[in-house]
Amino acid sequence: MPVQTYNYLLRDKDGKDYRDLAVYKAAGGYKAVLKAHAMGSEAIIAEVKTASIRGRGGAGFPAGVKWGFVPKDTNKPKYLVVNADEGEPGTFKDNYYLSQDPHRLLEGCIITAFALDIHTVYIYVRGEFIHQIATLDKAIADCHKAGILGKDVLGTKFALEIHTHSGAGAYICGEETALLESLEGKPGQPRLKPPFPAVVGAFGCPTVINNVETIASVPLAIEHGGAWFAGLGVERDGGTRIVGVSGHVKRPGLFEVGVGANMKDVIYELAGGILEDRPLKAVIPGGSSCPVMTPDEINVPMTIDAIRDAGSMLGTCGIIVMAEGTCMVRALARLSHFYAHESCGQCTPCREGTGWMARIIDDIEAGRARQGDLDTLVEIADQIGGNTICALGDAASLPVQSFLQKFRADFQAHIDHGGCPFDGPLPRWTRP
Amino acid sequence: MAQAFSPQADADIEAILQRYPTRLAALIPTLWVAQREFGWLAEETMELVARRLDLPPAKVISTATFYTMFHKKPVGRYHVQVCKNISCYLRGSDEVTARAAKKLGLRPGETSADGQFTLEEVECLAACGRGPVVQVNADYHEWQTAETIEALLDRLAAGDMPGGA
Ligand SMILES: Cc1cc2nc3c(=O)[nH]c(=O)nc-3n(C[C@H](O)[C@H](O)[C@H](O)COP(=O)(O)O)c2cc1C
Ligand code: SF4
Ligand code: FES
Repeated sequence: MPVQTYNYLLRDKDGKDYRDLAVYKAAGGYKAVLKAHAMGSEAIIAEVKTASIRGRGGAGFPAGVKWGFVPKDTNKPKYLVVNADEGEPGTFKDNYYLSQDPHRLLEGCIITAFALDIHTVYIYVRGEFIHQIATLDKAIADCHKAGILGKDVLGTKFALEIHTHSGAGAYICGEETALLESLEGKPGQPRLKPPFPAVVGAFGCPTVINNVETIASVPLAIEHGGAWFAGLGVERDGGTRIVGVSGHVKRPGLFEVGVGANMKDVIYELAGGILEDRPLKAVIPGGSSCPVMTPDEINVPMTIDAIRDAGSMLGTCGIIVMAEGTCMVRALARLSHFYAHESCGQCTPCREGTGWMARIIDDIEAGRARQGDLDTLVEIADQIGGNTICALGDAASLPVQSFLQKFRADFQAHIDHGGCPFDGPLPRWTRP
Repeated sequence: MAQAFSPQADADIEAILQRYPTRLAALIPTLWVAQREFGWLAEETMELVARRLDLPPAKVISTATFYTMFHKKPVGRYHVQVCKNISCYLRGSDEVTARAAKKLGLRPGETSADGQFTLEEVECLAACGRGPVVQVNADYHEWQTAETIEALLDRLAAGDMPGGA
C-alpha cells in the first residue's frame, strides 16, 4: 500500500506564502484561538491529552500530561519556552515551520498560553537561523498590528507577549535545562533534575518547554478536535508528523505522514529509494543519537513504541540513510567527534569519555588500533551511558554501542586490514 | 578611542532589557548586538557589554566564551561554514571543504590575510535533506558540490554576494 501523505502541517507544495498573515488567515489560521478561548483552560488541556500529541523534540513525552504538571495556584509568573534550537544531526523539520509557516507556531503558542495562563513566551531559536528569526519577528510584529498579540488577544482581554531569543551555537542548548540556563544568560550547562522545569524552570518559575512541532500541532487538535487528530496516528501516539529523510536517497526531503507509517516505505517510496540503486546498509531512524538499524530491521511502523521495541528510538523522525559502500567507522567518527565537541564538560564520564571514544575510532579508521580497542570502546560507552547529568551522555554512547553491535565486521576489517578497506566513491546524487 | 555603542545599538539594548525579568538574560542578545557593531568580541567589547548591563565582566566572559558563534578573534568578511556532520558527509561535504580550502588557500579555521574569507567546518545546520550545506554569513547555500562551491567563492570574491550581505 502506498504511504499516505498529508498536508495539514507541511504545506510547502501549494505555492502559498504562509508567512503572510493574510494568507495564513485565509487558510483558516487563528480560528482555533477564539475556539480555544471559549473552551477554557481545562478543556484545552483535555483536548490535547485526547489528541495524544507526544513531544516532537525527541523524547516523546505526552504534551498534555506535561502541561498538567504546571502548578495552578502559584503567584509566580509562568512561562512557555519553545525549543527551536533544532540541532540534532539529520533533523530539519522545525526549520520548515520557522522559515515557511511561522504563524502556525505562534497560534500554537497562544492556545498553550490560554491553557496554562501564561503571559510571556520565549522562542529559543538556534543562532544560525538568522533569517528564520527575522521571519518570526516579522510575524510577531504583524500579529501585534492585527491585535492577535499584545494587551488584548483578539478581544479576549488576555495579554500575551512572544519574544524570540537567539542562541549562539551550542548543540547542548537543545537540552531543555541547558536551554533555560542559556535563556537566563549563562553558559548552556544542563541542570540536575528534579526539580523539573514545570515547577522550577525559567527564572525560577514554572515553565513548559516544548518543541516547535509539538506546539505547531496544537492548533490542529483544537480546530478539528483531539479525537480527529489522534485518529491520524496510532493509539497513545497521535497525529501526523513531518519526517525528514537525508543521506543516500534519491529524493531527500520532508514528508508529512501519520504516526505509524512504515519506515521502509517512507525510504523507498517517498524518498525514492537508494542512490544508484545500491543495496541499503544502515538506517538511523530519528536523528544521530538513535541506535543504528540494519536493513532487515526497518520494516516497522514509525511510532515511539514500535521503534523502541525494534531496539532504537523514533527521536525526531529524522531518518539518515546509508548505502552499501559506506564505511561505518568513518560514519561513527563523524558522530563521535560531534558529541565530543558538544559535551558541556560538567560530567567527567561525558567530558573525558566522548573524547576517548572519538580518538579510538580515529585510530581504528587510520589502522593504528589493536584488537582490544574494540572492547575498550564499548566499555567506555557503557560507562558513560546512564552516568551523566543529561542525556547527551547516552546520545554519545548509543551510536557507538549500536554500530559495534551491528557492524562489528566493518571495525574488525579495519584492524585486520591495517586501515580502511572502503575506498570506493560515495554514491553520486543529483538535485531532485 | 574607547569603544562605544552607536545610538541605534543602545536603543536596541534598551528594548532587549524590557523583554526579560533579569539583566543577565539580556546578555546573549546584547552580545549579538555588540558583535554586529564591532564584528567580533574583543576584551574591551566584553567590558563595554558588562558596563552597559551592569554585570561583572567575569560573567560576560564566561558566557561569551561558551558559545561558538561569538567570535573571540576577527573573522573574514565572508564567513564560509561547511557542514561536516553525518547527512552532509554522506553526500560529499568533505569534497566541498577540500575544494574550498584549495581555492582559498586556507585550512578550516583560518582567515585570509586580506580579511576577506574565513573557512570553517561546522556541525549540523538543520537543512540535512538539502546537503551538503554551506552557510555564508546569514545565508544558507544548499545542494553544494565541489563545482558549486568554487563558483560561489568566485562570486563572493567578485563582491557579488548571492542572496545579499
Ligand atoms: C543533547 C540534547 C539535545 C536536544 N536538542 C533538542 C532540540 O534541538 N530541539 C528540541 O526540541 N529538543 C531537543 N532535546 C530534547 C529536549 O530536552 C526536550 O525534551 C524537548 O524540547 C521537550 O519538548 P517536547 O516534549 O515537545 O518534545 C534535546 C535533548 C538533549 C539531551
Ligand atoms: S552529560 Fe555531557 S553534556 Fe550533559 S551535562 Fe554531562 S557533561 Fe554536559
Ligand atoms: S548534517 Fe549538514 S545540515 Fe544537518
